[in-house]
Amino acid sequence: MKKYASDWKVVENIRLHSNYCLLKLSMDAVIPEMLPGQFVQVRVDGSQTTFLRRPISVNYIDRNKNELWLLIQLVGDGTRNLAKLQIGETVNLLYPLGNSFSIPKTINDDNVLLIGGGVGVAPLLYLGSQLTSQGYNPTFLLGARSRKDLLLLEEFQKYGEVFVTTEDGKSGEKGYVTNHSILKKKHYDFIYTCGPSPMMHAVAAYAKQSGIPCEVSLENLMACGIGACLCCVENTTEGHICVCTEGPVINIEKLKWQI
Amino acid sequence: MANLKVSIGNLSLKNPVMTASGTFGYGTEFLDFMDLSCIGGVFMKGTTATHREGNFYPRMAETPSGMLNAVGLQNKGVDYFISHIYPEVRKYDTNMIVNVSGSTIEEYINCSEKINELEDIPAIELNISCPNVKQGGMAFGTNCQSASQVVKAVRNVYRKTLIVKLSPNVTDITEIARTVEAEGADAVSLINTLVGMAIDAEKRRPVLSTVTGGLSGPCVKPIALRMVYQTHKSVRIPVIGMGGISNVTDAIEFILAGSTAIQIGTYNFIDPAISVKVVDGINEYLDRHGFNSVEEIIGGLEK
Ligand SMILES: Cc1cc2nc3c(=O)[nH]c(=O)nc-3n(C[C@H](O)[C@H](O)[C@H](O)COP(=O)(O)OP(=O)(O)OC[C@H]3O[C@@H](n4cnc5c(N)ncnc54)[C@H](O)[C@@H]3O)c2cc1C
Ligand SMILES: Cc1cc2nc3c(=O)[nH]c(=O)nc-3n(C[C@H](O)[C@H](O)[C@H](O)COP(=O)(O)O)c2cc1C
Ligand code: FES
Repeated sequence: MKKYASDWKVVENIRLHSNYCLLKLSMDAVIPEMLPGQFVQVRVDGSQTTFLRRPISVNYIDRNKNELWLLIQLVGDGTRNLAKLQIGETVNLLYPLGNSFSIPKTINDDNVLLIGGGVGVAPLLYLGSQLTSQGYNPTFLLGARSRKDLLLLEEFQKYGEVFVTTEDGKSGEKGYVTNHSILKKKHYDFIYTCGPSPMMHAVAAYAKQSGIPCEVSLENLMACGIGACLCCVENTTEGHICVCTEGPVINIEKLKWQI
Repeated sequence: MANLKVSIGNLSLKNPVMTASGTFGYGTEFLDFMDLSCIGGVFMKGTTATHREGNFYPRMAETPSGMLNAVGLQNKGVDYFISHIYPEVRKYDTNMIVNVSGSTIEEYINCSEKINELEDIPAIELNISCPNVKQGGMAFGTNCQSASQVVKAVRNVYRKTLIVKLSPNVTDITEIARTVEAEGADAVSLINTLVGMAIDAEKRRPVLSTVTGGLSGPCVKPIALRMVYQTHKSVRIPVIGMGGISNVTDAIEFILAGSTAIQIGTYNFIDPAISVKVVDGINEYLDRHGFNSVEEIIGGLEK
């Protein structure tokens, strides 16, 4: 897939709550094809401490409005600066980067489960929208620390049934995603997951025990994002592979995780 | 339009701007962002006699205006390079240069001999300075005796342009530069990364799996500039300068300090088309100051 480097205009920058923002970007040209699971490298201008670009997943593409959405958790100077962007300002992106989630080969395997935790829900919205448009039947299982950390629920509901867990039990079932009762009630043909590392490990272990194919989206530290520096590697059954080009989506069969 | 051509040994460059080893892959990764034929050359990622897996993750840490890396020369080895990568990169319309690394003199010889046979590789850059590999790199470039041994051995088997890349982790870089010049190097390139360290205070652990790593980016520029200046004054062979170059002004400063050509490294990650922009900027600078060629300003600091 051809990659691009260009400036985008901020159309909206919504502070979902103190720790998250939803950045909607647009440009004059039609947004080229981007696949679910791919990411962009965002240049952060005006921050002394932010030298490298920041990798952020494609959260959603609104084709009608020609908008790219980025869902961002504020963890450090880079992301805090992105949260300050004003409507009309520009931001430079490299895109689209990385591989993508794979779509099950046969439509008979249409019951797919998308498990996200925290800001890891970001790529699952675009994935869900694409799966639905191709005739699959995605179910979302989203985990968060508390009710306010559940992000964009109404958006997910447009594409499938949504189940949630919170650690305090104030929304949905109490506990972690892997404790949710839906996993015992229904059989799924494929699991996709993105979130904090311990959560992805637990999901991968569950999928492996249940014999369900599973893909995870990794968030290794990156410098270039385009396969040039070899900084972002994951140790796999095929040796060290670059998460920015041969990932971020990796089948659990390939990983050397202790699960 | 000034004349941007320069030469390094028998190597002629259409302009003095090249990209640094380990930061530009094999050039292929950048084809969507720029036209490789617009720059003087590409230094491809470090190649060793045999396959290397490199160091464990985490291999990088961001630092103020720079980064530390500890990639550890991950590459598939020279034979793989020849069978799988060379057929593609030989087509590119620029100087494609192999950065040769190793942990023993035999490895350097083995790798250089094989690259010598490749018609479309006009030069090698001998990395005697990579700080990442436990037994290798570091030792050769940080003392005159071992630097001299490895350059002499490679000079025996390598017939084309031999560039030796120097380590900045020494007390006097000019001493090493003079040593490798005496052994027949056609040029020196500098600087490689400076050994540094990052600590995660919350976890009370080093950030890198290897504890220490190589620092690069704009933060190293003043040191690099000083070393290029000193080296240019103490050798007769051309100096290729690098270290933190991120715009045309930086590039001009390195040329004024005595670089015949320059390399851009880490900044390719921020702007993958930076090298082409620097070429255009050098042209504009020369025109604005009334110079006819870039050669007129090499080492051209006013007294
Ligand atoms: C492919 C990919 C997709 C991503 N998608 C999203 C997304 O859609 N939304 C989003 O909010 N974030 C996403 N991230 C993570 C995001 O890139 C980082 O949170 C961001 O770079 C932090 O920058 P900062 O300057 O705010 O924080 P920094 O000051 O750089 O870091 C703050 C703290 O977070 C830690 N940290 C930073 N980056 C990472 C990381 N990648 N993994 C683990 N710890 C880290 C640092 O060690 C430090 O402790 C993604 C990362 C990758 C690799
Ligand atoms: C990720 C990374 C990998 C590198 N790998 C190599 C290498 O394989 N061989 C080498 O000679 N130098 C290597 N270098 C050093 C650069 O070529 C260059 O000397 C150094 O980064 C200084 O230039 P800069 O500040 O413009 O990046 C590497 C640098 C980085 C950042
Ligand atoms: S981040 Fe540079 S190779 Fe992946």
